[in-house]
Formats: sequence, structure tokens, C-alpha cells
Amino acid sequence: MARRKLVVPVVIGAGSFLGTVLYRRRSVRNRTRLDVYFDDGSMVSLAAGSPDADRLMPHAEAVLAAAGEAG
Amino acid sequence: MACASVEIVDAAAAIAELRELSTQIQTIVVCGRNGALLSASVQDAAAARIAEAAVSLADGADQVRADLGREALAQLQAATPDGSVFVVCDGDRMAVATTGSDPTIGLVFYDLKTLLRQIAEGNGAAADGAVANGAAVAEEDGDGAA
Repeated sequence: MARRKLVVPVVIGAGSFLGTVLYRRRSVRNRTRLDVYFDDGSMVSLAAGSPDADRLMPHAEAVLAAAGEAG
Repeated sequence: MACASVEIVDAAAAIAELRELSTQIQTIVVCGRNGALLSASVQDAAAARIAEAAVSLADGADQVRADLGREALAQLQAATPDGSVFVVCDGDRMAVATTGSDPTIGLVFYDLKTLLRQIAEGNGAAADGAVANGAAVAEEDGDGAA
């Protein structure tokens, strides 16, 4: 009985931790994207993980890095 | 939040005004589509690196545009958890800005478009002034000759 009392909180705690990690990873991925707007008013959103976004995001990160170094 | 007003000013003054007014924009670089630096809110070495990377970003986005068969590239936002990069194109000139995470997207685009318009009008006014001065000089020369 005492052992069960210990296992239940540990399982709940581990589940909460895992859920937090997965949620955080997903929200970070959702916040990384490239939105491209065209002259006709249309727009394309390239989500992280797509080939075009993966090819172009390093350039954006280079801009942010250079801006960060410049202070 | 304030927006940049439309007045005829030079690039450095326009950037300084925008930096003063905008609470979100951290860095501004104005350059040609070929990466030639026009003016920036940071030192030249950093501005050149920003311009170079922004040109690569814009060229890559233009390739996406070509693949999709869309019209010309107007602007883009690259969002990361650490911050965002904004690029607005105006002919052969472009404005690049960095912000923190979760900026007010429409406002930043509006400010950058206003900045490019101010610079274009400033250049136009300078060119008009040069033409007007040239005409005045020619007129004076003409008067002197008469």
C-alpha cells in the first residue's frame, strides 16, 4: 500500500514533466517560420522543417547573430 | 506605439527617427538588393554582415517565389524563438530590421515601408534640388553671357 502511494505521485510527476517538454518543443517549432509576402498581396508561410525554411532560416539566424554582436 | 511620419529626410536621419520611435525594432540596415550598404543603425562591419545575410535570405525567398510562379517579392518575416528578421523590398533597395520575439508584425512592416518611402523621397528631392541648382547656375551663366 505504501509502495503504491509512492508510485502514483512519481508517475503523475513524470507524465507532467514529459508533457511540459513536448509542449515546449512543439511551441518552439511553431514559432520558427518564414512568412514570404508577394506584390499581389498573397503570402506563403514556410514552417520549420520544410525544405525551403530549413534552407533559408540559417540566413535569418546569421542576421540575428550579427545584430546581436553589434549590440 | 508610434509610427514613423512621412517627411523628406536622408537615410541616416530616417533610421535615427525610426529607432527613436519604435520600441520593437532593435537594428535597421538599408541596403541595395546587391548588398551595397546605404545606411544602418549599427557600425559598418556588422551592417555589412547583416546586409549580406539578408540578401541571401531575400534571394532564397525570391527563388521560392519563382518556384511558385508568384509576383515579385514584397517583404518577408523570419520568426525564431530568439527574435524576428524583417525584410521589405522597394525596387533595388531593401530595409532589414531585427526585433525581439513576438513583435507586432504589421507595425514593423509599416515602419520599414515608411522608412524606404522617406529615403526614396529624400533622394528624389535631392535630385530635384540638384537639377534646380543646375538650372539656376545655367540661368546665371546665361545672364552673365548676355
